[in-house]
Amino acid sequence: MKEFLMPSLGADMEDGTLVEWRKKPGDPVTRGDIIAEVDTQKGLIEIEVFEDGYVDKLLVDPGEKVPVGTAMALIRTGDSETGQEKEQGLEFPVSEKEKVVLQPTEEHFDEKPLPQKFPGKRIKASPLARRIAEENKIDLSKITGTGENGAIIKDDVNKAIEQRTAPETEEKISETLPEKEPEKIADSGKSIRMAVAAAMSKSNREIPHYYLSKKIDMSKSLYWIKESNKERSVQERLLPAALLIKAVAKSLDEVPQLNAVWENALQIKNEINVGFVVSLRSGGIMVPSINNADLKSVSQIMDSLNDLIPRARAMKLRSSELNSSTITLTSLGEGGADTLLGVIYPPQVAVIGFGGIIEEAWAENGMLGIRPVINASLSGDHRATDGLTGNRFLTILNKNLQNPEDL
Amino acid sequence: MSQTRKITYREALKEAIREALTENDKVFLMGEDVGRYGGAFAVSKGLLEEFSEERIMDVPLSESGFVGAGIGAAMAGLKPIVEVMTVNFGLLAMDQVVNNAATMLHMSGGQINVPVVIRMSCGIGKQLAAQHSHSWEPYYAHVPGLRVISIGTHEDARGVLQAALQSPDPVVIFEYTSMLNMEGELPEETIKVDIESAKIRREGTDISIITYGAAVNKCMEAAEELKVEGIEAEVLDLRVLRPLDEAAFLASVSRTHRALIVEDAWRSVSVSSEVSARITEKAFYELDVPVKRVCGAEVPIPYPLHLEDASVPQKKDIVEVVKKMIRP
Repeated sequence: MKEFLMPSLGADMEDGTLVEWRKKPGDPVTRGDIIAEVDTQKGLIEIEVFEDGYVDKLLVDPGEKVPVGTAMALIRTGDSETGQEKEQGLEFPVSEKEKVVLQPTEEHFDEKPLPQKFPGKRIKASPLARRIAEENKIDLSKITGTGENGAIIKDDVNKAIEQRTAPETEEKISETLPEKEPEKIADSGKSIRMAVAAAMSKSNREIPHYYLSKKIDMSKSLYWIKESNKERSVQERLLPAALLIKAVAKSLDEVPQLNAVWENALQIKNEINVGFVVSLRSGGIMVPSINNADLKSVSQIMDSLNDLIPRARAMKLRSSELNSSTITLTSLGEGGADTLLGVIYPPQVAVIGFGGIIEEAWAENGMLGIRPVINASLSGDHRATDGLTGNRFLTILNKNLQNPEDL
Repeated sequence: MSQTRKITYREALKEAIREALTENDKVFLMGEDVGRYGGAFAVSKGLLEEFSEERIMDVPLSESGFVGAGIGAAMAGLKPIVEVMTVNFGLLAMDQVVNNAATMLHMSGGQINVPVVIRMSCGIGKQLAAQHSHSWEPYYAHVPGLRVISIGTHEDARGVLQAALQSPDPVVIFEYTSMLNMEGELPEETIKVDIESAKIRREGTDISIITYGAAVNKCMEAAEELKVEGIEAEVLDLRVLRPLDEAAFLASVSRTHRALIVEDAWRSVSVSSEVSARITEKAFYELDVPVKRVCGAEVPIPYPLHLEDASVPQKKDIVEVVKKMIRP
């Protein structure tokens, strides 16, 4: 038996109000199913379940407001009824431990979204297989093991590396979302404001920021976008933002120290999940994550944006899209300020800011010309990295944007 | 390839003792029945006639007494080779070995070395029943201050003694009674072996079989049988049970990503437990399957042949486990 807990959708979330159960006792659930709708400071969020099994009992009634980490339902995870006994034996120590970690006493950055960290089924893989999978960014949950008792071994991972074509994360995003009526959001504008306020205050209070910025000549990138858009339909057209996200993700591959969180120490993340700031018409911002952005093509990122931005504005994001980002990118778009110096979203250690693209006099090789220029900035957590790291990142970012065809 | 000759394990041991006695006046052999009787297992047969009673010394039936005397002689500057008839009786001298030989350098503040060499017959497999069938290398390998060597090949039977006599500190050497009559090939020229490092007896890419003593030969035979099935096993003879040549087996496992440890000794708190622990501590991310062990059954070793055979690892056990590890 597993407890389904009120997840944390960010460092600033303390509690949530259950709006509706999407499942009832006895219903089968599989990992990724929407089990409930919860009203948070960030609006109405569909909450996914991370276990396979059956809903055993619902512990919270609609309308109840409960702290992060509260058990909301019990999920029976055994394969059969007989499997139940064994699971129950395991239940006590596991859930006790989770409770201890999760107790939302005060604003604590190590309250991570636990459901993701403790997926219901442990994957059996050899240490070597795990190491190779990690190095090659292979998702072990997608591999069938051929080792002892179905354990994943080196050969299985190597086979998966060979077979890897398009990154499979794409399908998650294109999954059909259940239709639902956008209501109850009217008063969420205020709470989003409060959530932003809490996170940014914390950031400013605790994170010693350093700032670097670099002017980048965008003529090659814009030309590349123009050329590839010639072959695309109106709906498929690329925006510079998609290219910028890809360029940032690719640059992070080379400077992984910035794709990290600070929790008493620098913890570098394996996946590069770029949080993209979307401003809401009602005020406030949402930061949906484009997961594994480094593995996606520019058009795949554009597709993600086309999917995520309207849903963010309609506050129809899923929990996994809100709590997985490992770095934040914020871009002002056309016609605004030249430079944006961002405030880091804790516990991340960097935020990348882009001003508008403007034409500027540009001197190069002793010649003067007019170029479209973007001002890229990096706000870094000085506890985690130093200016030299940030400097390297901006240099690589510039190089990547000069070679858009390689992105 | 140089010339080789056929020689028994017993004869190789004797040649080594003879060579040591010839080359260094300070070397002498002491032990129960080593002189007139020629050694309980005939290893020193003929040496009394060749050397003198001073160099080949029969001692009274008191392990604690004569091992202590050997330790004293070593402290006083001689180079004694003390033969303990079998490891079973070795327990009677354990106090001398652990409390004196192993600690003297420390207790004397580094002033007194104990360069004693203690040879013991050891092992299972001659229907000698529970009180005379022992693989007790782990007891000695537990003790800091000792260097513990296990002779699993003819090469080591011929070469280890010379190296042990160079050591400034006590060396315990295990010889295997079941191997005494076994014939092997040795090169004609002098053999140099060291007592620092493990040795790969057979190279392979699919699995590391880590072993020592009488099990080395069984592992070599198992590896040959596995080769027919297309499995290339590496056989690593630990040889030095203390201090363990950790770098050698970690490197081997890092190449093959699979480790099987084979020993005749009882499984619990054994050399294989230690090797297994170190592999998981230091080469965890190299492992593609769990570390496995084939060890002695944890029973007093039975007298009937079929039960005796069943209580220590046999070739077929090793082959079976390896196959399961590679093709589950």
